[in-house]
Amino acid sequence: MSLPASNPFSLEGKRVLVTGASSGIGRAIAIACSRMGAKVTLTARNEKRLDETMSLLLGDGHQLVVADLTEETQRESLVEQLPKLDGIVQNAGVGSRVPCKSIEEKDIYEIFNPNLIAPILLQKLLIEEKKINKGASIVFVASMAAKYPSAGNAIYSASKGAVISYARVLGLELASRLIRVNCICPAMVWTDLITKDGVDKEVLEEAQLKYPLKRYGSPEDIANLSVFLLSEASSWMTGSCVEINGGAKEL
Amino acid sequence: MKEFIKNFANQFDDTELSEFQPETKFRDLEEWSSLTGLAVMNMVEKKYGVKLTVLDLRSVNTIEELYNVVTSK
Repeated sequence: MSLPASNPFSLEGKRVLVTGASSGIGRAIAIACSRMGAKVTLTARNEKRLDETMSLLLGDGHQLVVADLTEETQRESLVEQLPKLDGIVQNAGVGSRVPCKSIEEKDIYEIFNPNLIAPILLQKLLIEEKKINKGASIVFVASMAAKYPSAGNAIYSASKGAVISYARVLGLELASRLIRVNCICPAMVWTDLITKDGVDKEVLEEAQLKYPLKRYGSPEDIANLSVFLLSEASSWMTGSCVEINGGAKEL
Repeated sequence: MKEFIKNFANQFDDTELSEFQPETKFRDLEEWSSLTGLAVMNMVEKKYGVKLTVLDLRSVNTIEELYNVVTSK
């Protein structure tokens, strides 16, 4: 068997936007995309950490835009600066741990604004301003939490469940231009998001052993799946939700 | 301390208020669960502005010991 003339897993010649690229999964995705040949546009709120990501990218032609995507004017300014895109990774998001009986209105906004409302409004602008090339691939980083309940995770799970439902409709609406939309649903991945809400690293290190593959995910695990979904290798995939979880059936 | 005990007790639904004393070993209460622990952490953050961690909670046995952790943070 001869090798195909071009590698379907390569991102050579593609321009990819990654949100939340300053840390964790977003940073790993940006790095992986650059290694696979893409020109990457990075965005996030924290300029210093975004600069760090930029310094870790391979190749040239990358772009960095500091923006808080929950602010309308900053979304507009980002989209204005963007070249046409072949890939979009809607990754920015925050975590939360509040039991249902303690939920206050502000707890909901703090999660739904960055996790759901900002990505929907950014997506709308990208379409409206005609920044998405025909045949492009859009990836939403959702979570296994949407499907598998864990105590204290109600608002976060609901926000990710909403993202998944939204992405399915988006995929349908963009299919006529052969633009594909898929979600990644990771279980626990080693990032700031899982240690921020009062769960100590030691506690998590013990808990990860319950996963069949005996560990939580690394950001690189998720990045490799993103590369696949952004590449031509996944040309016949849209409206899918890919679970990546070390075999875990609970969080 | 009195107010802290009241706020602590408020995270329970079926345990009598009289059962909550400074020296009460809260993990021995029948109603205690990891979800109660989460509710206590959330209450402490909202009412006292202190972010407790799971290990903070694990490091103490009584309500008074927990109160001391909260006031020392």
